[in-house]
Amino acid sequence: MGETLQITNWNEELSDIFNRNSTLLRKGSPDYVNENRDRGIAQFRKLGIPDSSNENYKYLNLDFVYKQQFQDYLMPEKVNFDINHIFQCDIPTLDTHVVTLLNGFYFDRSRPISDLHSGALAGSLNYAFRKIPDLVKKHFGRYAKMEKEGLVAWNSAFSNDGIFIYVPDGVVLRKPIQIVNLLLSNSNLRVQHRNLFILGENAHATVIVCDHTLSDNRFVTNSVTEIFAGENAGLDYIKVQNEHNLATKLSNLYIHQERNSRVNTNTITLHGGVVRNNVHVVLDGKGCESNIKGLYLVDKGQHVDNYIFVDHAKPECTSNQLYKGVLDDFATGAFNGRILVRKDAQKTKAFQANNNILLTDDAKMNTKPQLEIYADDVKCSHGATVGQLDEDALFYLRTRGIEENEARLMLMYAFAHEIIAGINVEPLSARIDDLVDKRLRGELSRCANCAINCR
Amino acid sequence: MEIDGKEILKSINLEVNKGEVHAIMGPNGSGKSTLATLLAGRDLANVVEGEITYMGKNLFEISPEERARNGIFLGFQYPIEIPGVSMVNFLKTALNEHRKYRGQDPLSASDFLKVMQEKKKLVEIDSQLTNRSVNEGFSGGEKKKNEIFQMAMLEPTLAILDETDSGLDIDALRIVANGVNKLKSSENATIVITHYQRLLDYIIPDYVHVLYDGRIVKSGGKELAIELEKKGYDWIKKEISYNGMILDKSLK
Repeated sequence: MGETLQITNWNEELSDIFNRNSTLLRKGSPDYVNENRDRGIAQFRKLGIPDSSNENYKYLNLDFVYKQQFQDYLMPEKVNFDINHIFQCDIPTLDTHVVTLLNGFYFDRSRPISDLHSGALAGSLNYAFRKIPDLVKKHFGRYAKMEKEGLVAWNSAFSNDGIFIYVPDGVVLRKPIQIVNLLLSNSNLRVQHRNLFILGENAHATVIVCDHTLSDNRFVTNSVTEIFAGENAGLDYIKVQNEHNLATKLSNLYIHQERNSRVNTNTITLHGGVVRNNVHVVLDGKGCESNIKGLYLVDKGQHVDNYIFVDHAKPECTSNQLYKGVLDDFATGAFNGRILVRKDAQKTKAFQANNNILLTDDAKMNTKPQLEIYADDVKCSHGATVGQLDEDALFYLRTRGIEENEARLMLMYAFAHEIIAGINVEPLSARIDDLVDKRLRGELSRCANCAINCR
Repeated sequence: MEIDGKEILKSINLEVNKGEVHAIMGPNGSGKSTLATLLAGRDLANVVEGEITYMGKNLFEISPEERARNGIFLGFQYPIEIPGVSMVNFLKTALNEHRKYRGQDPLSASDFLKVMQEKKKLVEIDSQLTNRSVNEGFSGGEKKKNEIFQMAMLEPTLAILDETDSGLDIDALRIVANGVNKLKSSENATIVITHYQRLLDYIIPDYVHVLYDGRIVKSGGKELAIELEKKGYDWIKKEISYNGMILDKSLK
């Protein structure tokens, strides 16, 4: 466990925490990981935590998050309880292979990695660092770029564990892998973890990520996930963020796609204090397809910030961004979708849409498309809407005897459903439908029998 | 009634009894659709004076949904597409709200489907349509059939059909009119709003009213519709200016 500090100049202080704990941080990792760590801290000293002077973080204020007192969870503490007593995913018909992280560290120490079938692996990244370095080295740190992103640099310096998934060439995993990210602590906690997913040629997998908080103190999570999708590979990546209002989630997802691969990501933000999702996709081979979708439902003082960057590096690829949000009370949000079509990326198809419903005059949404197109034979479109519920539709429903409030809910639900309909894991999409319905009704959308009330 | 400071409906006195079919005709812009949506509960804030009494209740005091549950149904001229709201969920919610209001238990899923099957036949609506979102991607004709289908499901006491014939080919018109006629009884009433006399060949009105410039300027039996068809609306305009019924200077 790290130390508590009063922050004055926090970037300096955060670097100092690294210095004071560097022996501890290095201890569990092989040299190639520690080299990345050194590059990380050096880069972090230059960049720091992004603030509003960074155009990409214009609407996100991380100050207040760091002005609180936090402990850094640098090494796993011994836990003497059965995690199943505290948390169990309660979707009975959802048949998945579950891997659990507690405060960013792989939970099941007795079984750090599992062979799912035909050599497909899921388990602790730290274990993979040490046991299968040749495979990990080829990908680790290659896609998450720390040169421009302070959060990645920070994570590279501090992270020590996370989830490692490997699906060898030609292996198709029918059963989804479910990553359960749990946060549990007696004090305010900062957590950094790192995930690496490698999909070989023609490999197929579904990964579900569920973020939960199990105690009601403040949390900051800064995670980095690197995904490599080999030629013809297919990945469905579904993330359900359901943390309480004192939690801050900084999530950095880097996806590298090879020729003819297809990656779908769905990020469902049901709850959370401050949520920032960075998604970077590089389409690095002909014929790739990338569908990047998200839904966010926020109220009270919550803030959700989605930053998407799709890099069309090679010709004949298709990308499709669709983000939808409902903002209530005085919640705020931002969407920034950047599409880069490089000079040789002819026949690119790149689409982007961001649609928002503001339920009050105080809710606020900033949305910004950014298109940089250097090829001439492309099909690109973008569109953003920020508005209220359709009054004509509302009147139509009411003239059929449906209560105004119920009619509003039906319309909001319908608005959100477009995203959920894209999730092709049946019991999960039904559950998310249900959670969204409850969330919109103002009922608590607790995923599991979790012990706390979201505030 | 005023919208944006402009007087839309000026002088309308209309009494509709159960068992009756009233047709309201008039040229474009005369206020027909405004009257229809006003009856269903829209733009109440714009009402300057007047009252509408429906089965002893002052309509200006009750919300659109409550009017609906009291038996008022508006068939829209332009039915709204609502992507993401399934027809089944929509109809079930609507029907059960009506039942709740009458103190009845909600229908079970299977009973509901039975009712739906039965009513579908009435308007010959394509089965596939009820598996879709409300009006989404429906053709003009399908949308109008869907209005009558909803009317059949909700069994209103007063149905107001706003330009239900517009955009229909002759076959669809016959089906829609047929549906309306089947739903007609001595216990309910229908107000048919239309621009053309064509629909009134199929739905025979007891009374025809001509709405012009926010006023009902002429009322009569079904033969009035035929006369209008023959002579056009200019004839009415002339006649009323002659009678001095319209004080609007622009028409003199």
